[in-house]
Amino acid sequence: MKKFYLSIALLSALAALVAQEPSVIIKITRGDMPKIAVPDFRGTGGAETQMGAFNDTLFRDLQNSGLFDMVAKSMYPLQVPQRPEDFRQPSRAGASSGGLWLSDWASPPVQTNYLTIGYTAVQNGTLVLYGWLLDVSQPNLANAQILGKRYFGSVDETGARKVAHEFAADILQHFGGKSLFGTKIYFVSDRTGNKEIWSMDPDGSNQKRLTSFNSISIMPAVSPDGTKLAFTSYVRGNPAIYIISTDTGRRLYFYNQVASMNATPDFTPDGQHILYSSTASGYAQIYIADLDGKNLRRISSSRAIEVEPKVNPKTGNEVVFVSGRSGPQQIFKMNVDGMGVERLTNGEGEASNPSWHPDGQIIAYSWTRGYATGNFNIFLMDVATRHFDQLTHGEGRNENPSWAPDGRHLVFMSNRGGVSQIYTMLADGSNVHQLTTQGRNQTPVWSR
Amino acid sequence: MLLRKRKWSVICIAILLSVFLASCKKKPPPPPPPPPPPVVQPPPPAPAAPTVNEFTAEPSSVERGQSSTLKWSTSNATQVSLNPGIGTVQASGSHAVYPNETTSYELIATGPGGSVTRSVTVNVTVPPPPPPPPAPPKETLEQRLEREVKDAFFDYDKSDIREDARATLTQDAEALKRIFSEFPSATITMEGHCDERGSAEYNLGLGDRRSTAAKDFLVSLGVPADRLKTISYGKERPVCTEHNEDCWQRCRHVHFVASQ
Repeated sequence: MKKFYLSIALLSALAALVAQEPSVIIKITRGDMPKIAVPDFRGTGGAETQMGAFNDTLFRDLQNSGLFDMVAKSMYPLQVPQRPEDFRQPSRAGASSGGLWLSDWASPPVQTNYLTIGYTAVQNGTLVLYGWLLDVSQPNLANAQILGKRYFGSVDETGARKVAHEFAADILQHFGGKSLFGTKIYFVSDRTGNKEIWSMDPDGSNQKRLTSFNSISIMPAVSPDGTKLAFTSYVRGNPAIYIISTDTGRRLYFYNQVASMNATPDFTPDGQHILYSSTASGYAQIYIADLDGKNLRRISSSRAIEVEPKVNPKTGNEVVFVSGRSGPQQIFKMNVDGMGVERLTNGEGEASNPSWHPDGQIIAYSWTRGYATGNFNIFLMDVATRHFDQLTHGEGRNENPSWAPDGRHLVFMSNRGGVSQIYTMLADGSNVHQLTTQGRNQTPVWSR
Repeated sequence: MLLRKRKWSVICIAILLSVFLASCKKKPPPPPPPPPPPVVQPPPPAPAAPTVNEFTAEPSSVERGQSSTLKWSTSNATQVSLNPGIGTVQASGSHAVYPNETTSYELIATGPGGSVTRSVTVNVTVPPPPPPPPAPPKETLEQRLEREVKDAFFDYDKSDIREDARATLTQDAEALKRIFSEFPSATITMEGHCDERGSAEYNLGLGDRRSTAAKDFLVSLGVPADRLKTISYGKERPVCTEHNEDCWQRCRHVHFVASQ
């Protein structure tokens, strides 16, 4: 992966030398991706009814990973093996077994590199998935088998999705990918009539409300270990910072400065401090404090509005933030001691919502560059070189990008459908999926 | 003396003449019998004069607005009238009156035997004045703010007090001083709002600047700082949601509400 970025960075630098054009930072090259065939699995002994959910989940996990070129199911042979024993080597080389041999999948029209096979059964009240991953370019089954494993779940839709996620995670791992199964997306929804903090799975399932403040609760941030959620709420009058446990929903103490506003909190990568913006001294400025809000210290000093501090997850030292100190809001960087302030965006338009890639070198952010005031699009920037690339292109407002733990996906909000909703996409802007539909949904943040 | 002699002579001549004339006349027919003497009836008794047996006002003293009952009874009257204001009444009866001031009522009983008048007086005392009418319902703090304290408007991404906002806030300052004197315990919250275009996070800071700038301006005009609170709603509570400059301008404002 590192090599991948390095070569891309080199290419980017080269391209930048040739022409002062924005350059692609993360290229998810579709042409180079391995092809995979994922035929529908079948169930037996009571598992049949769950196979729709199972097949849907497995296919989407692999497809949404952005790691594979998914071979269209219409290309598949008539017969699909369900287990290694089903394979029948043709009597003579080059002949077809109608789907029951590796070469049937490796040759046209399927022309896949990889094939998943398997089935489910109910044993002792448990849903069991038998799953295999095969490299169909190999001459025999022994060499072809990459993965052969059993997975256990409850005999219901939840269990079927679980075993599919786990099987997909193992497949992704083999290709250097990281499953997003088990990660959470926190976001703000007004579907109850008030803006509350909600959570959901990365595929949009399992949407749950975490707060019942009956107020305006917005701008969530998650601790690096995923156990705490900090956000801004009007529940006691002026906007202030609240922290809850993601497990229990219980409020944790946080000292808010005497100020008309304490807002936009975020955690440091060690999980021991919180950075936020406060108007305690006049203009909204960046502060750092302990998790309980004590030992606070102001780290920015300007006569301008400064919000959204985000600490580099790798170094723990660089802070990117949004400031109006040079005019319209732009993205700046400083050290966590407040020194070394630099502007990252070039002053065009308005920029906001910086989010560090897990590698600590790239930020995703929203920017109106090239569009009318207020029409934000999602951009990426290599913080060291300031090279940037645009991922969305004027389909409504696109804001608040947040990186998935795999560093390949982004969650963001867009009003491209008329109402602001949460979407995910690959970091090259492809594979866009809408996750929410009820009410207005905004400011997503992706947690491990 | 001479006069008396002449009188006597005149009388003598007259007597002589009358005798002479009578003896000269032809003998007249006997006179008809005299008419029978009229039946002498006893002379009718003189008609009785009407009397007022009773004429009272009960009670004789009332408060204004209360009633007094006039009661009367007469005899020998063909017409009875009660004044002022009542007119012809029965020979006997009663009538409630509501005099506004001390009034003498006259009962006039008229009959063949004459007419008789009696009067009674109803004394009217003035009751204590009613309590003053209730004051018109006092406007609430919210109503006063709504009517007298106007929003200040801002340019995009700015918290400077524009020329029009200076005029508005100058009037607001006077209104707020009046309101604070009438609502001695009230505090006012100044809400800073933004249009939808900037980021939600930045707009929290911008709304705060707007409410603070407007507050500083009011304080410079003598509005007590400790009665004014500020809050930023950023773009969380827009007054409209259309995507045009008219709506955006309406959203870029500082609004006054009573503090909770």
